[in-house]
Amino acid sequence: MLKFLQRSLRRGFDLAERGLDRVFGPALNPLAQLGAMGFFLFWIVAVSGVYLFAVFDTGVERAYASVEWYSTSGHRWHAGVMRSFHRYASDLMIVVMALHMLREFSLDRYRGARFFSWITGIPVIWFLYISGITGYWLVWDQLAQYVATTSTELLDWLPIFGEPIARNFLAPSSLSSRFFTLLVFLHIAVPLVLLFVLWIHIQRITRPKVNPPRLLAGMTLLALFVVSLMKPALSQGPANLAKVPSPVGLDWFFLPLYPLADAAPGALWGLLAAATVMLAAMPWLPPLRRMQPATVFLDHCNGCGRCVEDCPYEALQLVPRSDDLPYALEVAVNTSKCVSCGICTGSCPSSTPFRTTDALHTGIDLPDLSFAEMRERVHAIAATLTQTPRVLIIGCWHGAASGQQEGVLQLPCIAAAPPSLIDYALSRGLADGVAIAGCSESACYNRLGLEWTRQRIAGERDPYLRARVPRERLATIWASPLEQARFNDELASFKARLAALPRTAPPAARRHLRVIEETTP
Amino acid sequence: MKLPASPLKLLGQFAVLAALAAFAAAFSNAPAYRQVPDDVGVIKLSFSHQADRSQECRRRTPEELAKLPPNMRRPMDCPRARRGLFAELTIDGEVVFSEDLPPSGLAKDGPSQVYRRFVVPAGRHAIVARLRDTPRTTGFDHERVETVTVAPGQSLALDFRPEHGGFVWR
Repeated sequence: MLKFLQRSLRRGFDLAERGLDRVFGPALNPLAQLGAMGFFLFWIVAVSGVYLFAVFDTGVERAYASVEWYSTSGHRWHAGVMRSFHRYASDLMIVVMALHMLREFSLDRYRGARFFSWITGIPVIWFLYISGITGYWLVWDQLAQYVATTSTELLDWLPIFGEPIARNFLAPSSLSSRFFTLLVFLHIAVPLVLLFVLWIHIQRITRPKVNPPRLLAGMTLLALFVVSLMKPALSQGPANLAKVPSPVGLDWFFLPLYPLADAAPGALWGLLAAATVMLAAMPWLPPLRRMQPATVFLDHCNGCGRCVEDCPYEALQLVPRSDDLPYALEVAVNTSKCVSCGICTGSCPSSTPFRTTDALHTGIDLPDLSFAEMRERVHAIAATLTQTPRVLIIGCWHGAASGQQEGVLQLPCIAAAPPSLIDYALSRGLADGVAIAGCSESACYNRLGLEWTRQRIAGERDPYLRARVPRERLATIWASPLEQARFNDELASFKARLAALPRTAPPAARRHLRVIEETTP
Repeated sequence: MKLPASPLKLLGQFAVLAALAAFAAAFSNAPAYRQVPDDVGVIKLSFSHQADRSQECRRRTPEELAKLPPNMRRPMDCPRARRGLFAELTIDGEVVFSEDLPPSGLAKDGPSQVYRRFVVPAGRHAIVARLRDTPRTTGFDHERVETVTVAPGQSLALDFRPEHGGFVWR
């Protein structure tokens, strides 16, 4: 059931992402920036909230009037817009949070070592809702009255409060300004707690994206400004506890379950508790079966720190040397954070297949898919490439090549292959061309694998792909498993380009072949 | 800031984001939700009232007082626990609420509390509210019988204030 849901969502997101890729391009695609957009919207809400608070009156008699002041003719261009920013950015935070959660679920990025981000995301949901709901009370219009009475009736269902809180909203005479002051405190304190939990949420990933690209941020702000002018957020008439606030225009992002709270508060608490427990249990339903974590081979590690720099999960750190080798530092693996993506192997300068030692070792390696095995597989695959042009595909488990059976070196991440492996395959004449087939551009399973690979090939990130590697014999295909057709098209196109190239093996391959010919009796 | 090459593309990007913001704005206060129909009102029965102690206070003997620390030698021994209440609300002859209300608190020393909401059609209604807060087992100690007119959308609260003579409308 969960798998079916995951696949269906993945298909839906894939379609949406490819569509948005066409409009925004992968770098600006909002679906690839959901976490960063969430942070950006938080800051919009925070700044607009500070602005609004400057003129907000916490007295029960004057709260409504002070909020109305925002929207009066002379102030609607600043305070009115700020109020709309405050509300619509909050609503968008809910949208972004929901999409972010569903997308991470669809990409299966919530199990194994990634459980931490998933689990810490659950309080984020709660605190975001509490922040928004307490905000609605402060306006003290009819919606606020409805939210206040329903929320307190809901809380009173729990047998933890002495006197029913809902009695505060029994009649106009029962409401006190001190209660409003308490609400203002909550509406400031809870978002601060939310920010703190968000900070914890991103603790176990390297280079978390907390700021969207500036162009995307600027356009989001402009879009909010235009919508704020066209449809400003307004109050719904002053609250009157002597009347039932009905009908009320609900905020369906923050209050979709309030009608259920009216009808069956116990059922709503049950639903919320079940949903929370379900979300918390999901990383272990079932647990992710992953390969053994990366292992450091100190004989081949000089503590250069490239792997530490490249690890997307903060699973590696440099520590003082524990052996006699003349280096200051060595790498230590935090096995609880390691997802066995192999990016560290790809970044290690010792990961060179040209080494001629009997047993090929590198500085940091995956026990279940060692670098030596990687080189052996390249040889084995090369032996099966019979049709010309011979193309070796270095494919990611999570990309379109994961569905290919032949000619593919399957890796947990495309960046697990060091650039020297491409050089090796081409210079030794093992293939006429190499196709790097990673995840789709906006949904790299291991966060940074695609970016690191691209930078290594472009010579912008160590270890570089050597300049001698003929770039016309190298192709990169970024496609999700659902983009088989595009993958096949791009692969066919690459093969066609290769076929048009002179059918001479590269110099190193010629030397290799000459050696073989000379040694063959 | 790196601008995309095509202004048309930029426009398309803005259109997508504006549509998203418009989506947020559209559902931020619509469609409207109707908590109760137009032609009804609400009567809330809510009070917080502490009954007498569940047992009478008794005077401690000199021997008992001597056993206590000096700062705790109160002559009267008064158990903390309070009695529960029994409340009943009848609307137009129909008993809509009839419950024992235990005292709150872990030591059962807090007030008994109730908060209930009843939706009634707009119009005149005969209301009878009764409360028992003494050791008696039958009958009531407090009663209010009244005919009230509930306007459409009106919210009436029936509280219990001993200092105001019992049940009061708020």
